[in-house]
Amino acid sequence: MDIFTHWLTQDILLILGLGGIATMLTRAARSERWSRAATRFRTDRTGVIALCVVCIYLFIGALETCRVPVGGGATKSLLDFVIGGIPDERSYSAPFSNQILTDTKPQPDPLNSRYHILGTNQLGQDVFVQTLKACRTALIIGGLTSAIYIPLGALFGIFAGYFRRWVDDIIQYLYSTLASIPEILLLVSILFVLGPGLGSISIALGVTGWVGLCRLVRGETMRQSERSYITAARALGQSHWNIITRHLLPNVMHLVLINFVLGFSGIVLSEAILSYLGVGCPVGTASWGVMIDSGRSELSRDPVVWWNLTAATTALFGLVLSLNLLGDSLRKAFDPKRG
Amino acid sequence: MLNYLIRRLLYAVPILLGVIFLTFVLFRVVNTPEHAAINALGPKSSVTARAEWIENNGRNLPLYRQFATHVKQLATFDFQPSTVTKRPMGETFLDGVGPSLCVTLPGFILGLCFALVLSLYQVFVRHSAADRTITLFCVVMMSVPTMVYIIFGQAVVALGLGWFPVSGFHAGLDGVRFLLLPVAIMAIINLGYDARMFRAVFLEEIAQDYVRTAHAKGLSATRVLSRHVLKNGLIALITLTVGQLPKLIMGTLLIESFFGIPGIGNVMVLGIQTSDEPVVLACAYLGALLYLAALILTDILYAAADPRIRLS
Repeated sequence: MDIFTHWLTQDILLILGLGGIATMLTRAARSERWSRAATRFRTDRTGVIALCVVCIYLFIGALETCRVPVGGGATKSLLDFVIGGIPDERSYSAPFSNQILTDTKPQPDPLNSRYHILGTNQLGQDVFVQTLKACRTALIIGGLTSAIYIPLGALFGIFAGYFRRWVDDIIQYLYSTLASIPEILLLVSILFVLGPGLGSISIALGVTGWVGLCRLVRGETMRQSERSYITAARALGQSHWNIITRHLLPNVMHLVLINFVLGFSGIVLSEAILSYLGVGCPVGTASWGVMIDSGRSELSRDPVVWWNLTAATTALFGLVLSLNLLGDSLRKAFDPKRG
Repeated sequence: MLNYLIRRLLYAVPILLGVIFLTFVLFRVVNTPEHAAINALGPKSSVTARAEWIENNGRNLPLYRQFATHVKQLATFDFQPSTVTKRPMGETFLDGVGPSLCVTLPGFILGLCFALVLSLYQVFVRHSAADRTITLFCVVMMSVPTMVYIIFGQAVVALGLGWFPVSGFHAGLDGVRFLLLPVAIMAIINLGYDARMFRAVFLEEIAQDYVRTAHAKGLSATRVLSRHVLKNGLIALITLTVGQLPKLIMGTLLIESFFGIPGIGNVMVLGIQTSDEPVVLACAYLGALLYLAALILTDILYAAADPRIRLS
């Protein structure tokens, strides 16, 4: 596992992931359906704004994921270069305040720093920096989970819809079994066994998450297979593999894209809940879920510490809302009749 | 009808076997005996104690024999007692059912009613500014994590305004004041999602020919909506609602643990936080059973309501 935590591997994976999405989008955009959808999407103001917001989050997350060595075996993320250098306090401190809230009574801050624009958390870390750093957690979990569940869901869906008969039966049996354990219980069971960590969360969410996409793709593939272009392809002697990759996959790709965007918002929300339950991110990770979880005890102390919870909730809300709006706009752009 | 019922019940058997197999793979294969022993005895336990635990719990036996025990235990509901509280599982769950239902059932029904009213109103004023505003509002509600509703409710409504007690549970009529806030939160956490789904169902329904006929024969818009569209839409709503059950379980889990309600959700959260393997296993299995039963019940209701389904 050492190789996965190395900074170079993470940088390469990040570039590959973002590059992969970009290539797929540009290739897909050549098809008629996608270019028409793109034209329609451009006139949708909500969608464009949501896309911009999502891109900002992605950018911040990418900055934090991209690490470079600074000598002595230590690494620094690009984000640290931009907003790093803010010294830690000893404990809580309110936004713009120069007092520290310890267990007894407020004490003057020895650093006399009024520049913690969102205050500091219990460990004295700057909440604004932590909130931005948490974008990385969301990006990594969302990216890894999607990398697991999208190929699973899309391929199984296409296989089930194209081959039908026993292939369909087996795949249907698989997903009905998985779906019959309520999602949160299955997630918790998997994480209970695997232990907390970004990788385990992604595996758990990926294993449980493909069912919805698979059902959707299966239905659409069944509808497409009845169309005459598939019959024509078969009559011309095309192999199954060619039909699936050349004809069916491009025609269900828009469903995958919409599901990817909406699924990402679900993943971010699930991460928050799992972190609260204590099976999510390990303690010490900058994650919105962990921050919201700690907000619970912070609101009942005196004086009330509200900035940690507020910052995390706002950041999470902003990302999830823009993803939801973006997904809706995409759906409308691809399917204006039903949107 | 009886024929359909038997067929439907038989379909559930392989799925149930699949669930049992899945839990076995998770808890007995992926979860190594050493890991299980550490979970049960704590990280500071000695190596000999762990070895003894593995021996006593039959975790050193060959997998097929462990599988046989696993199937027998789950099929007869003979769960191991909790490793933390040492109480038998049946007792724990029976104690928790009452409080859980007190919160879940009213909250669920209230939430459904809210969503129905909201979505019917949206369909009534469809494609207007009001409709678009409510849709946006629903998306906003969907984007807030469940915990934030709960934390906000506790901190502002209960602690700040002092309208309700912050947490606790009390049996009897006296305990109603403890339940008001959790029930209200339960009712609104899924409101955004439900209303959007219901709206889509009703919109599809309203485009049908029979609606035009009803309008043409001179019925008022309210009457068409409440009599024809609602009735026909309800069939689709049954399935959607049962599909929401897993979300309901999640809501219960969080609400019970935040409000200190001694229900099943709380047992589960405590089990997770104390790495209590028997509790997590029993919850996953019982949850699956419950959900399967609900699915079968829906299908039967569905078949009773719509004779076309029995034929296919």
